[in-house]
Amino acid sequence: MTGDDPLSKRREPDDEHPIVEAPGAAEVAPSHLPGEDDDLTPDEDVSVAAAAATPQSPFAGALRQIATGSTMVSLLSIVLAVVVGSIMILATDEDVRDSMGYIGSRPGDFFFYVREAITGAYGALFRGSVWNGEGTDFETRIRPLTETLKFSGPLILAGLGVGLAFRAGLFNIGGRGQMLLAGAAAGWVAISVDAPAAIHLPLAILAGAAAGALWAGLAGLLKARTGAHEVIVTIMLNYVGYYLVFYALSKQGWLQAPGSANPKSEAMPESAVLPNLLGDRFNLHWGFVGALVAVAFTWWLLNKSAMGFRFRAVGENPEAARASGINVGATYVYVMLIAGALVGLAGVNQVLGTAPSGVTVDLDAGIGFDAITVALLGRSRPLGILAAGLLFGALKAGSFTMSVSEGIPVEIVLVIQSLIVLFIAAPPLVRAIFRLPKEATA
Amino acid sequence: MKTWKRTSAIAALAVMASATLAACGDAPDEKAEEKIDFLPCILSDAGGFDDKSFNQLSYEGVEDAAKELNAEFREFQSTNENDYDGALEGFVAEGCDMIVTVGFALAAATKKSAAANPEIEYVLIDDAADGGEDGATFDGQADEPNIKPLLYNTAEAAFLAGYAAADYTKTGTVGTYGGMPFPTVTIFMDGFKQGVDYYAKEKGKAVKVVGWEGNDKGVFTGGFDANEKATNTAKQILDQGADVILPVGGPIYQGALTAIDESGKDIALIGVDADFYDTDPNTQDVVFTSILKNMKISVYETVLAAGDGDFDASPYVGTLENDGVGIAEFHNFDSKISDTLADELASVRAGIIDGSIPVTSYLVQ
Repeated sequence: MTGDDPLSKRREPDDEHPIVEAPGAAEVAPSHLPGEDDDLTPDEDVSVAAAAATPQSPFAGALRQIATGSTMVSLLSIVLAVVVGSIMILATDEDVRDSMGYIGSRPGDFFFYVREAITGAYGALFRGSVWNGEGTDFETRIRPLTETLKFSGPLILAGLGVGLAFRAGLFNIGGRGQMLLAGAAAGWVAISVDAPAAIHLPLAILAGAAAGALWAGLAGLLKARTGAHEVIVTIMLNYVGYYLVFYALSKQGWLQAPGSANPKSEAMPESAVLPNLLGDRFNLHWGFVGALVAVAFTWWLLNKSAMGFRFRAVGENPEAARASGINVGATYVYVMLIAGALVGLAGVNQVLGTAPSGVTVDLDAGIGFDAITVALLGRSRPLGILAAGLLFGALKAGSFTMSVSEGIPVEIVLVIQSLIVLFIAAPPLVRAIFRLPKEATA
Repeated sequence: MKTWKRTSAIAALAVMASATLAACGDAPDEKAEEKIDFLPCILSDAGGFDDKSFNQLSYEGVEDAAKELNAEFREFQSTNENDYDGALEGFVAEGCDMIVTVGFALAAATKKSAAANPEIEYVLIDDAADGGEDGATFDGQADEPNIKPLLYNTAEAAFLAGYAAADYTKTGTVGTYGGMPFPTVTIFMDGFKQGVDYYAKEKGKAVKVVGWEGNDKGVFTGGFDANEKATNTAKQILDQGADVILPVGGPIYQGALTAIDESGKDIALIGVDADFYDTDPNTQDVVFTSILKNMKISVYETVLAAGDGDFDASPYVGTLENDGVGIAEFHNFDSKISDTLADELASVRAGIIDGSIPVTSYLVQ
């Protein structure tokens, strides 16, 4: 089982459609349409055959498995990442290190400080993300949970955008560019249009979603028309988008606040700002509700609509989809348009909700890339992405308390997130490279 | 999955093994500490607590006050503006009694947090917290009653530096440039020019200032980064014949250092915020003097007062009179300045304090 896959070697020269098409077409037969459980999740044999049959990279099967694998692997990955993260917290804790020096003469100290560091770290994480037991009134105690929801909103929205593209077999790494363009467009409408809130706010949101859709749709169009790989195109469009927005923010008469030398727009007018959900004492705004609506919409789109069926069919096997009459190129464009609109809404959420003090080039706050990990952890399923977004939102909200209270750098959260993805990615990736037989548990 | 579990087990074993190797030291004595029930917290802007400038000085102020009060304190270093809100939430969740935020960039986030948490005392450095993020509309009172602004009328100190620079210059031209036209930046440039003009009028010596014309017109790098733009801007000032240069805005003075080095001429640099001679030894050969904001003392005293239960939200304005601002020693330039300069500066300083020499700025019209 080492070296090249004999299967692919044997098949590649005579890459005949009829052989592969039969299982592929059966797999996407309309009778399989309803129900999330009855999904198009491939088993190993089909994906190997698909990888061998299509001219795409041999990792395509692995990639799809990473993006749509089982819930068990996700949960185990979180556990493992937290274990490794804890070891890092201990290794950087001064008391633990110091007491390690005299563990021979007083081992109790070492274990005391280990317990202190771990309970301190995760206690602070909990206190900053769910429930602050030290608060004097209910509002103070529940406040961290509202912060978690605030951070989760854009992660869920952008995660849906990335996950949707995954389901159609596309890797959308352009979250940053799409968020920036969308944020700038929404900000521009908010600043330059004068209208009552009932018109102003929806208009600004629509403008943002449209800008995100166009920016991602461009990548879909290039893929459909020229075959340009969407990974390359979306990454490059991140830079183009970044400098485009930066230019607009540095130019008087475009987006820059009048009379300022700062690359920042003026603050959003009241009529275009997402209202607070729980009153002025909390930062949570209606963007989170929007994210929940987007989850429901994406679930409906993927599982109940004809277009979603085409997305999944193309993601499963573009050759088979084409053979059964689906316009694969058009599907790429449509899925990227919708994905871009969803990611764009995350940018809108930032500009009109979380940070209405003005558009900046930092508005994406790393969410464009975090969304990839959210989509992977959520297995590209809307409800999975909702759960993953809530988890990452909680990690984000709690990281500040961990840093303030225990001196643990906020970057530990990024490390834990990255480890989660690493563990999710590792089993199928390792199997794909070494052609190991599939494990029963995964 | 098994492979990964095994690997993490091995990693854990390796940590334990290194522990046992180092485990022959003696245990320290038990130390008992009694801390008071007052928790000050400090949030930096993107410059970080090691910026050798206002973040660092403010941090030291909190650190010293906490030590004096026998209190703990908490800190958070921002990496960009997305951190501000979250860090303030973290402080609130941590139960901070006083939150010190450093720099005008944090004004909006501070105001929001202060409005939501009226029981917490806030100290905002370098911004009046009164209408607009730029702090340009100063009416003397913070928007929220629980914010104490710490402001520094550096125009007075810059006036003295301008006077000294006018006395020192051999070319008859001194220069300045800023990062961006924020009031906290232009106040230096404005005071500097007033000092130069005062000297020129008093002594009848023609001294010109390049880089600042007053009324917000001047030369700016457009940012607070030590980049090529900063170097080119400094060169542009030096090309106009200036032999004393005052760069205002955090690390942009690094550009002036490069420009001075490349010019090969004998150029004097004036530092801002902290004494560059101490904070950046690379500047010791060229630093003429520095315009000081005494943040460490004012933050220290504010935190100390709050710890003793005497928080007073009225704005603090650092002046020459209360030693909130000042100028540093001339260090290596001591032998190069005129013999009478020290006495003249002392009398100008006295004149500014008693009001006989007027110095205008956005803080004092």
